[in-house]
Amino acid sequence: MTAYEQWVALLTLMRKEVRRYTRIWSQTLLPSAITMSLYFLIFGSLIGSRIGEMGGVSYMEFVVPGLIMMAIVTNSYANVVSSFFGSKFNNSIEELLVSPTPNHIILLGFVSGGVSRGMLVAIIVTVVASLFVDLNIHNYIVVVAVVALTSILFSLCGLINAVFANTFDDINIVPTFVLTPLTYLGGVFYSLELLPDFWATVSQANPLVYVVNAFRFGVLGVSDVSVGFAFIMIGAFTLAAYLYAAHLLRTGKRLRT
Amino acid sequence: MSYALEINGLEKIYANGFQALKGIDLRVERGDFFALLGPNGAGKSTTIGVICSLVNKTAGNVKVNGVDIDVDFPGAKRHLGVVPQEFNFNVFETVEDILIHQAGYYGIPLNTALERIDMYLAKLGLSDKRKTRARMLSGGMKRRLMIARALIHEPSVLILDEPTAGVDIEMRRSMYDFLREINEAGTTIILTTHYLEEAESLCRNIAIINHGEIITNTSIKNLLRELHREIFILDAREPLPDPISVPGFALTRVDDFCLEAQIDQGQDLAELMSRLHEQSVSILSMRNRENRLEQMFVSLLEQAS
Repeated sequence: MTAYEQWVALLTLMRKEVRRYTRIWSQTLLPSAITMSLYFLIFGSLIGSRIGEMGGVSYMEFVVPGLIMMAIVTNSYANVVSSFFGSKFNNSIEELLVSPTPNHIILLGFVSGGVSRGMLVAIIVTVVASLFVDLNIHNYIVVVAVVALTSILFSLCGLINAVFANTFDDINIVPTFVLTPLTYLGGVFYSLELLPDFWATVSQANPLVYVVNAFRFGVLGVSDVSVGFAFIMIGAFTLAAYLYAAHLLRTGKRLRT
Repeated sequence: MSYALEINGLEKIYANGFQALKGIDLRVERGDFFALLGPNGAGKSTTIGVICSLVNKTAGNVKVNGVDIDVDFPGAKRHLGVVPQEFNFNVFETVEDILIHQAGYYGIPLNTALERIDMYLAKLGLSDKRKTRARMLSGGMKRRLMIARALIHEPSVLILDEPTAGVDIEMRRSMYDFLREINEAGTTIILTTHYLEEAESLCRNIAIINHGEIITNTSIKNLLRELHREIFILDAREPLPDPISVPGFALTRVDDFCLEAQIDQGQDLAELMSRLHEQSVSILSMRNRENRLEQMFVSLLEQAS
């Protein structure tokens, strides 16, 4: 395919993906706004007012970046895993597989759907958060870079999950038993300084720690880990996920017999 | 000049060890209307799956319009349009969206895609369903939607896997007319079907596959020429004599007005008519007891096994 034809194919996939989640906005965009409002109200406003400061800022300010990041992670992941598995389930993925669309365009198309939903939800949650706390962004470049990289990373993870999934149950196992615990243990609600040394060291293996802390640095200027190191880790995880997803599409694992 | 489709030594062994294709060779001329026949599980869909990249081959090579799928699969895919046996579109999308997406995957810009959608929906009688979600379509309409989708990038080779399954007679005939029209316009058509009269009336050449092997590959005319025996049903105007016999011909009296005649190669049907007439038997109508190709098909499968 020429570069222009690849561009047309990418735009087609992006259009399809965006239309899919906006058509069912009450299932894809609204729940995050409601859930995060409850988090802000209960953990930030009601309980947070009794906790006082954490990491040098009010508890409400401390949890906001983590909660925004949590929304980005879950939405970008959920978008790609459900869309790609849905295509597999109704066999419409064959439309793509029989076409000359290159694998990197297929990857980019699905990932762009996840990224756009992640970013849209981030904007919605940020607007909701601004009702509870005044947000003064510390470093816009870091914020944009972390949001972009994180949504790409978890969109890729969603696609990998979808490739291996055989049933709709399989696309819920990872978010429920892996993603949610990692998010809660990734420092969304607490500073790693509160943990005993052993658990603080164990937490370094959790990619969500880098994602949450890098974003918190971008928003508040505070972080439990070095921002440079956090970017290296997020970048490494993203590259690994991309290479593995590309390998799965190239070999046709679980897609071709 | 290269073939529309050229398959050499194609083998497929599935992960469970089942060998679906045992080194098949096949050539389809450009512009041909070709039938690939075989019983269930013979390897037809596996062959199509390999050609269009839904099945990974174990050995052999496949060329579409001279383009080797191992060398330039995207290039080969551009020449191919595939109508699979099972519906494989998102039933929650509209007819128009399904076609726009498919065109986009081939790099066709939206305005060109919309023009082609107008044309193919009109030709396939789906214009009024353009904004309808696919799940609301009847089985025949879904089948036609898949044909429109396969043609949206204007391929030179169209492969149809059981295209008329579940389609009523009237719609089947209009589909035949449409397929003849695009074949006459130059598109090579490869068809698998269970309706053998469909292959007989549409196709010029035929391959029969069984247990993963091609057991015959010839023109339909040649194949039918090899048929040694045909059985005709004759309807009489008046009640038939009982018993009835014509020396040299095997006749079976079905009822008072119906006679079955077995005509072997070399026997003269006109002679039978004349001899019946001598017995004051006047024949009102005559037809084949069974589809000729079906007889041939069954006999070839029996020989092969």
